[in-house]
Amino acid sequence: MISLENVSKKYPGQSMPALSGVSFAVEQGDICGIVGLSGAGKSTLIRCMTGLERVDSGSIHIGDVDITKLAGAELRQAQRRLGVVFQHFNLLSHRTALGNVMFPLEIARTPAREAKRRAEELLDVVGLADKRDAYPAKLSGGQQQRVGIARALATNPAVLLCDEPTSALDPITTQSILELIRQVNADFGVTVLIVTHQLSITQQACGSLVVIDEGQIVEKGPAQEVLRTPTSRILKAMVTTLSWS
Amino acid sequence: MLYRLLRTALLETVWMVVVSGAISIVLGTLVGAALVFFSDPGLGRDWRINRIFRIDQVLSAIVNVGRSLPFLVLMVAIIPLTRLLVGTSIGTQAAIVPLSIGAIPFAARVVESSMRGVDRGVVEAALVMGASPLEVLFKVMFPEALPSLVLGFTLTLVSLVSFSAMAGAVGGGGLGDLAIRYGYQRFRTDVMIATVVVLVVFVQAIQWVGQAISVAVDRKR
Repeated sequence: MISLENVSKKYPGQSMPALSGVSFAVEQGDICGIVGLSGAGKSTLIRCMTGLERVDSGSIHIGDVDITKLAGAELRQAQRRLGVVFQHFNLLSHRTALGNVMFPLEIARTPAREAKRRAEELLDVVGLADKRDAYPAKLSGGQQQRVGIARALATNPAVLLCDEPTSALDPITTQSILELIRQVNADFGVTVLIVTHQLSITQQACGSLVVIDEGQIVEKGPAQEVLRTPTSRILKAMVTTLSWS
Repeated sequence: MLYRLLRTALLETVWMVVVSGAISIVLGTLVGAALVFFSDPGLGRDWRINRIFRIDQVLSAIVNVGRSLPFLVLMVAIIPLTRLLVGTSIGTQAAIVPLSIGAIPFAARVVESSMRGVDRGVVEAALVMGASPLEVLFKVMFPEALPSLVLGFTLTLVSLVSFSAMAGAVGGGGLGDLAIRYGYQRFRTDVMIATVVVLVVFVQAIQWVGQAISVAVDRKR
């Protein structure tokens, strides 16, 4: 479903590349975790995958389109088929929960009535049907992230890209958001990619795992296996934190 | 008589501020939005016309020129333009030309800073959803910046009150003119005090209304 081949990216003016030769694939219906420490290249990776940043070389296939080959209107068309969930939710403060979920549908030129119906349905899926008229400022972090997830699912994407989806949430809320991500993965068959520095959430939610360090992939494979027998310096260090969380 | 004088002068000032305020807010918003739009890599920075010459940089330079001229200098410097536009360089109508031109760069910077205050994450979220640069501008940046824009417009109007008083000094009429001709040149302390009081009340009123609108817009979210 998702396949990256030899993706490299260097920001101008920096000596080290942010990504060098990154390749991995995520199968349809999987929940894949990308873990690494701050500055490992996780953010750059997701920015390249969402088309916010251009790669220097390599390809990023999502479904059967190579997002790196697209620009302008074609890129925007492809982006509408992507669901993205953000660390800081990034909801529009001037729109209600319902209005926020309708936003990507408006962008995709969905007729208003249908967009509203779809948005109501999704708010129901994320358990916020009663908050449809609430503005983001009146919602808790967990509730805002639920709206964020509903918004990401609005255009019925085949892929859900989650950028540190629980890093701004408390542990209890983190659990409920992970549960929701697992639920939409099971119910809608959407392929999920979770980028995170919290190893514990990959242990709970992910089928496969990719470990990234200094812009390179140092380990990848089925999550339980990778976590049981870490080989890289970075994952070994991260695994020792698991028993604490 | 004092009442009559004050009423006429106040109406002239209100007229100057309202007309030049409307002109400078509309054009200043246009310029301010262009400054942001054409300097943002996610929006219009890489547009073809912007690659030929950087619209934002050209506008910014022009705005800086406008901002660096003291209003008094601007007013006399553009007298030929004022004559061309309204046929005279004296009177309330004529004062509206330099007032508008003087306030456009000010309003543009105010709008620019309001729009740069919009959360970057929200802008990128919209881009990632496949929103076009213009959709981001009109559906995200303007509405998200609205409470701050309203405060900026209020600031512009208050500055225009003080500019207009200066315009009055060179034949533009209004409260500034009244204070100088009666309060200062004819030693009418009562006129001077009354003018000051009216100006203070007028500015307070603008600020109060502006703040109330901004809060009302903001409270909805």
